[in-house]
Amino acid sequence: MQKIGVFVCWCGSNIAGTVDVAAVVEAVKKIPDVAYAVDYKYMCSEEGQKLIKDAVVEYGLDRLVVCSCSPRMHEATFRKCAESIGINPYMVEIANIREQCSWVLKDVAVATEKAIQLAKAAIAKVRFNDPLHPGQSQVVKRALVIGGGIAGIQTALDIADAGYKVDILEKEPTIGGKMAQIDKTFPTLDCSACILTPKMVDAACHENITIHTYSELEAVSGYVGNFDVTIRKKARSVKAEICSGCGICTEKCPARKTPSEFDEGLRNRGAIYIPFAQAIPKVPVIDREACLKFKTGKCGVCSIVCPNKAIDYTQEDELITEKYGAIVLATGFELIDLDKYGELGYGRSKNVITSMQLERLTNAAGPTEGHLVCPATGKEPKSVVIVSCVGSRDTTERGKTYCSKVCCMYNAKHAMYIREKYPNVDVTVFYIDVRTPGKGFDEFQRRAVEEYGVHYVRGQVGKVLSDKDGNLTVFASDLNSGKHLMLNPDLVVLACAVKPAKDARKLASMLTASIDTNDFYVEAHPKLRPVESPTAGIFLSGMCQGPKDIPETVSQAGAAAAKVIGLLAKDKLMTNPCTAKCNEKICSGCLTCTKVCPYGAISGVEKEVITLNGTREKRVVAVVNEALCQGCGACTVACPSASMDLQGFTNKQILAEVDALC
Amino acid sequence: MVITEKEKAEMLSQLAATNVSHCIQCGRCSANCPVAWKMDVLPHRMVYALLNGEADTLLEANSPWKCLSCFACAQRCPKGVSPAAIMEAVRLTAIRSQGGNKLNPNELENYNDKLPQQALVAAFRKYNK
Repeated sequence: MQKIGVFVCWCGSNIAGTVDVAAVVEAVKKIPDVAYAVDYKYMCSEEGQKLIKDAVVEYGLDRLVVCSCSPRMHEATFRKCAESIGINPYMVEIANIREQCSWVLKDVAVATEKAIQLAKAAIAKVRFNDPLHPGQSQVVKRALVIGGGIAGIQTALDIADAGYKVDILEKEPTIGGKMAQIDKTFPTLDCSACILTPKMVDAACHENITIHTYSELEAVSGYVGNFDVTIRKKARSVKAEICSGCGICTEKCPARKTPSEFDEGLRNRGAIYIPFAQAIPKVPVIDREACLKFKTGKCGVCSIVCPNKAIDYTQEDELITEKYGAIVLATGFELIDLDKYGELGYGRSKNVITSMQLERLTNAAGPTEGHLVCPATGKEPKSVVIVSCVGSRDTTERGKTYCSKVCCMYNAKHAMYIREKYPNVDVTVFYIDVRTPGKGFDEFQRRAVEEYGVHYVRGQVGKVLSDKDGNLTVFASDLNSGKHLMLNPDLVVLACAVKPAKDARKLASMLTASIDTNDFYVEAHPKLRPVESPTAGIFLSGMCQGPKDIPETVSQAGAAAAKVIGLLAKDKLMTNPCTAKCNEKICSGCLTCTKVCPYGAISGVEKEVITLNGTREKRVVAVVNEALCQGCGACTVACPSASMDLQGFTNKQILAEVDALC
Repeated sequence: MVITEKEKAEMLSQLAATNVSHCIQCGRCSANCPVAWKMDVLPHRMVYALLNGEADTLLEANSPWKCLSCFACAQRCPKGVSPAAIMEAVRLTAIRSQGGNKLNPNELENYNDKLPQQALVAAFRKYNK
């Protein structure tokens, strides 16, 4: 006879406030095989666990049901508790009477009844639990960081410093990301390049770091500790090993019609180009879509002028395969398209620019060498209007529902840049709210108003009109005075919303990492596991997880690195034994399961099997690779002969639960 | 029967059928309004007044009568609120409270047959109780 122990937790008043726990205990005591039932204030506490252990010894319990919070919270705790007293940890079932009962119900009678039902279902299931034993898998001591911006660089440096090998994968021709484009950083106004480029050099020189620029993720398979990754290293058309980075080719290239991505389209670059002077690696790349040699077969100027004969038009994409133990996503952000905000004049007037363009216009290494000019006229502006929340906090289909978080601070920074260098230029910032939580942040924004004389107007800009001479008229409202304003600035700066990099969705599906409706990667727990993806072995760093500024990104990068180091430091990983198992006796070998398995864990193997009538025959059956199986259960529902079963969640167990409820 | 201001505000809310609780008072509606400079209560204030149940503020404002129904406010509202709908609700309430039915379906033959059908339907909606 089975001896089931049922332990009902109060969770302080979280459960006991809505559920009559004593009634639950009384109800389950009447169920056959329940040898012992008790309630306690905090079952997860040391005292509570001791109560479980003592009961196991006293009543000789062999299976446990804990009626408490979500299994995501304390299943591991109670499994460990069971193991310590000699019960297989998989003989423990959790009935979630908090999240699925007391927290969502108000009526005590209803909640108590539901708690009893949930307990009954768990008891019905635990009768069919079998002891399961986790396997072990090796950990490859190497990490992959996808994205070479400040998040990726910092994560890679921290992992590398701990003594592990790291590869950085960057789709652009250089590492550095968005931070390399920025002029100065808030709230200290120190030069962005001055603090970023040393880190780029550190990463490039580190013996444990390998950088793959101009490369993309081609394919990934495997699981935590053992990812098999294929990287596509796109053809640069330049032999990196002999190029000296002199840049003569980039100067002589005659195809100069492509807007520079790095300078946000404020100047054109050649078809062969180095994004910026401090690029790493400092090796040019040929944009084959713009290059005359590739388009027409004529030209070849770069190969003629190259002193090292490094140009190679025949170079082809290279595929690199490598094994990794952990993957960090640090794919960063981009700004939203402003096509849907036609009323703000972006694209119609060159003097309406994005904040990122302003960074390039004020940057000493930018297209104007740091002289602030109106792009349309080339003249210094007399007055500038900065518009915040363009596309942020917008629940319509035009924008993004979230606050982009960084704009309030960079608007104050931009206003200060301008007022510092050009005290005669009038700067007006239109805002809905000024959101400046952060160390020294509010003081920074107030300095813009109090010391730099920046006008802050509470209200929004409605529309920006441009007449035939290119003069701008801004229509806005001043909510504090209730006035309707009309201004004539020379330059309008739009602080547009940030959004995840456009590859985020594609990468998420390749890595089975979850994303939210805005394509930001989802963390395993918003508070307690903020740098891990729900998929084991995938970690998150920087803006790809949600809007954040540089200090926060660097902190998160360090946190993600710590988690990766914690994983790589292990010699072996315990695998989850709740994997699919094929009953070869009844498997017909149709292999429908192989088509639905998202992890490629099932394959058809021809082998000798014993059939239902006891005869031996050789045929194809489905075989599950337990190391790859994540226990999702897709195969069990797809299998037409019900020969696939998920251990720990067998068809028998699930049906027993349903029977107990109906 | 005396209708309280609160009841008037509820009727206006029903007529406007726009969720004013979504408004974050950014003022983009007022900034976009081509006739805001003629209004005594700016569109964002109209939304705020409805949110606070100030029906008299709404009904006494000149704004609904300046409003062009261009819907720029509604189209550019980041929260999907429609100040234009509130303007229309005020106009309807004001018109409906004056006199009885102004259109009689039995006298339709007296109207100009060149009158667009849409105008006729709109007129019935506006001028009939």
